[in-house]
Amino acid sequence: MGKALLKRVLLLIGTMLLVSALAFVAFSVIPSDPTASILGAEATDEQIATLRAQLGLDLPVWQRYWNWLTAFVTGDFGQSYKYDKPVAELLADKTGVTMVLAAVSFVLIAAISLPLGLIAARRQGGLVDRAVTVLTQITMSVPNFVLGIGILYLFALILHWFAPEYVPLSQGLGAHLRYMVFPALAIALPKSAMTVKLLRGSILGELDQDYVRTAYSKGNSQGSALRRHVLRNAMIPVVTFLAMAIGDIMAGSIVVEQVFSIPGLGRILIASINNRDYPVVQAIVVMLALIVVGCNFLADLLYRVMDPRIERT
Amino acid sequence: MMLNIKDLSVVFTDRGAPFTAVDRFSLEMDRGEVVGVVGESGSGKSMTAHALMGLIRRSQVEVTGSALFEGADLLALSRAELRRYQGRDLSIIFQEPMTSLNPTMRIGAQVEESLRIHEKKLSGPERRARALEAMALAGLPEPEALYRQYPHQLSGGMRQRVMIASALVLRPRLLIADEPTTALDVTIQAQILETLKDINRREGTAILFISHDLGVVRALCRRVVVMRQGKIVESGPVDQVFYHPKEDYTKLLISSRPTRRKLRGGGSNG
Repeated sequence: MGKALLKRVLLLIGTMLLVSALAFVAFSVIPSDPTASILGAEATDEQIATLRAQLGLDLPVWQRYWNWLTAFVTGDFGQSYKYDKPVAELLADKTGVTMVLAAVSFVLIAAISLPLGLIAARRQGGLVDRAVTVLTQITMSVPNFVLGIGILYLFALILHWFAPEYVPLSQGLGAHLRYMVFPALAIALPKSAMTVKLLRGSILGELDQDYVRTAYSKGNSQGSALRRHVLRNAMIPVVTFLAMAIGDIMAGSIVVEQVFSIPGLGRILIASINNRDYPVVQAIVVMLALIVVGCNFLADLLYRVMDPRIERT
Repeated sequence: MMLNIKDLSVVFTDRGAPFTAVDRFSLEMDRGEVVGVVGESGSGKSMTAHALMGLIRRSQVEVTGSALFEGADLLALSRAELRRYQGRDLSIIFQEPMTSLNPTMRIGAQVEESLRIHEKKLSGPERRARALEAMALAGLPEPEALYRQYPHQLSGGMRQRVMIASALVLRPRLLIADEPTTALDVTIQAQILETLKDINRREGTAILFISHDLGVVRALCRRVVVMRQGKIVESGPVDQVFYHPKEDYTKLLISSRPTRRKLRGGGSNG
């Protein structure tokens, strides 16, 4: 596996460099200067020039990028313009909040879609299968912030299952997770719908394979043929899909955080873009990219472990 | 008599008009006997084999008649009862060695699967020992090394031997071989036939050998039935059918002589 692994790692590093450079260049070409939002409209040219020199903004883009990159790899994410705090410190607990939301969403997706996909495939054309097909179509076409508003409205305002007020981790893990389940549902439902569809199709495709007939000929029941033979093969594309979906889940988190007033990365990202607080934005963008690329990398590894046909040399 | 098939019919009912794939197929087989079934593709020979093995979905297909195997009617058994025979008393190998093995399961686990299902009391090492024994019987070289490998690391001929090993691991009384050599090249074909012959001699396993090639059947069987469009059109001792076919159709199923010479000559068991 060594050579392929090395190739993947190099690709990962290359992707990260490209993403961070693109983000950096994008923020340096858009008009409006961070000094304006720091000093206000009344600032003199002299003050602006001093601050620009202080922030290193007078240097050419490539040099600023190099400075940022060399600091970044040593764990120094820079200083926030707006809050005058190290970016790392500023983002630490917000990242945690978003990660919890993403993790809960992921668990929900697995918990919802795996059993449903299995049932839908086993009872093809049955009640669950048809219901799932309809629900899939609906949830796949609803954007997650609309779903979020719907969930908030239904469960908080009508059913009173939870109060529409963020419960931080400091109030206990149970209460925190209980609150997080609802926004996570908004992220998880559309993804679950797709996963159910994929798993159902994958299982049905595998059931037609010759090796399943062999399994039956040895005296396997339907259930044991499914468990011992079909499931592992059918899960290969699903696992890849789920690992890749983590990027979407993170993106979904950022949007849904707004609906459920969760103080995660989404909120500070939008605030920082408005404030032209580029070190913060840059750090978040790179972090999200790292998560997405890292998950794809993980999917690739998992794929190799699950499917022996992929060459490991 | 080990197997007595009487008026076996297979009718597809899931289409507009019912389609009869097998029409009143009857056959008797003694213990340890090797019988050939020949016919062109679509003649119903594989369908007959699958019906006997209980591999036809009962919801879409109507299977009638009876197939008494050691006194039990395979066609009348419930699914659960039939499963007790599948892989233990009755086994099957298929035409497609490339796809008939599970790609994500190690060879060893696939060979010993019938043991896992039918002989639940066996320990892991006991299962392994019996799997290795079956692999050797099927003519697989270095069973210990193969045990840990995956199907994609093996050639078609080797995979068919793995199928044979997993079919024989419980020493069934009847092995149904559904065109087992069709997908393989001629020299491998001859070697596999030798292996089947050898197994029949050593273990007394009866073989129902299905093929479109009467020449191949002749290398293995003494008795043959010829099928066309779901019906038996001719049957008898293989030499009689081979040298004095009653039907023009049967003549078409006799392969060219060079193939037959190769079969007879290529006797070494790889």
